[in-house]
Amino acid sequence: MQLILALIIGAFIGGAAGYLGTLMLSQRMALVAGPLGHLTLPGVALALIFGFDVSLGAFPFVILGIVLIWLFEIRTGLPMEALTAIVFASGVAITFLFLPEEETVPALIGDVSQISLSVTITTLILSIIIIFATKRIYSKMALASISEDLAKAEGIDLKKYNLVYLVCIALMVALGVRIVGSLMTAALVAIPACTSRNLSKNLVQYSYGGMISGSLACSLGILGSNFIEIPVGPLIIITNALFFSISLIFKR
Amino acid sequence: MPRDILKVKNLNVTLDGEEIIKDLSFKVKEGEILIILGPNGAGKTTLLRTLLGLLPYKGEIHWATRNVSYLPPQELFQRKFLPPLSIEEFFKFKRVSSAQILKILDSVGLDSAVLKKRFGTLSTGQFQRMIIAWALVGEPSVLLFDEPTAGIDIGGQETIYSLLHKFWSKGKLTILLVTHDLNIVWEHANNVLCLNKKRLCYGKPREILTPESLEELYGMEIKFYEHKHK
Repeated sequence: MQLILALIIGAFIGGAAGYLGTLMLSQRMALVAGPLGHLTLPGVALALIFGFDVSLGAFPFVILGIVLIWLFEIRTGLPMEALTAIVFASGVAITFLFLPEEETVPALIGDVSQISLSVTITTLILSIIIIFATKRIYSKMALASISEDLAKAEGIDLKKYNLVYLVCIALMVALGVRIVGSLMTAALVAIPACTSRNLSKNLVQYSYGGMISGSLACSLGILGSNFIEIPVGPLIIITNALFFSISLIFKR
Repeated sequence: MPRDILKVKNLNVTLDGEEIIKDLSFKVKEGEILIILGPNGAGKTTLLRTLLGLLPYKGEIHWATRNVSYLPPQELFQRKFLPPLSIEEFFKFKRVSSAQILKILDSVGLDSAVLKKRFGTLSTGQFQRMIIAWALVGEPSVLLFDEPTAGIDIGGQETIYSLLHKFWSKGKLTILLVTHDLNIVWEHANNVLCLNKKRLCYGKPREILTPESLEELYGMEIKFYEHKHK
């Protein structure tokens, strides 16, 4: 039963992450999920210590991190990537002041050994929301990635779409930390997108390719982890990396 | 008497504390071709972007239409590291029928095979034709074109301008065009706006473009300025 629930959340989180990841790659933001994932660590740690849900713990910290980076940017004018480094590294460091050693590994690399039915259902609904929200903004954001002016001149309200986009990313990271931990969330969105990029000829193939490859990699990773003694997070990423290597052979 | 399709009054644009456009006023009539001339950094691209509502400004901008199509300068197009967007998908942003797309592609001299190609793989000339077709599909009332022939060889430039002229002569299309090519001004412009942060000259090319006004605009003597046969 545990395995089935884990497989369901894996397939949905992986699919949503892969799909959203294709959009993030075209915005050159694929790596953003990395620091955002690290930022969730204090929240994940609190969740593990006090026994509430890790995604629930992670989400406010992603939002807090985004707001902090945004405020620092306004105050200092320093490049976003430098501010991100300050915020996420501080977040990780602070976590280790109070995170007990035995909880370190699941916080860093994920854990799907104890999934409840309610968590499964919530994850499923949130993943579907992410997929549909991404689908709605996809073509507009893709046009903006070619030329922001062109998109705005076509009457697209980019501020609104950017907000939806950011919320999707934050939600995705909060969901992703459960299965791959706060250390590897970037890989969850970046690798399926790169794999699909290698194999696709147009946007439709690319976006759905990302979804399928992400979903498949997560499911196989979780399934594999059940048979061999490798933690689920790393195995998902390794499977993703394997898919990417195979896509290199068939690159169009 | 054609109506004014665009009225600009006392337009001021300041970006990052720098005054880019200063107290600019002009009008564009329906069906007019207005060419905006000026040296690099004169505020031409800023003017077009402001007219589209992409930048904050002071003053008045009145459009008599909402059906405005814009073609940014080539350097503002991202063509590398893009998702594998096909040309067909690029045209879908415009929400027009396949028949309209095929017709417009044909009229810019591209065949339907281009639809299956990826956005980033077209040659410069093909890309520019395709993007002009994109701007023209759906029959806009006004075209704002920012150096549509930058980076294209002379033959290609001729084709693009005669193409634009063909579309213009068919209907009530109004064109605002930024270019450095004085030949185009003599051949096609009804009015010229010389811009270097502020308005330096404005009117019919034959009346206002003199060696002196061009020297004032570009800060140096412009050797070639008028077409002999006109």
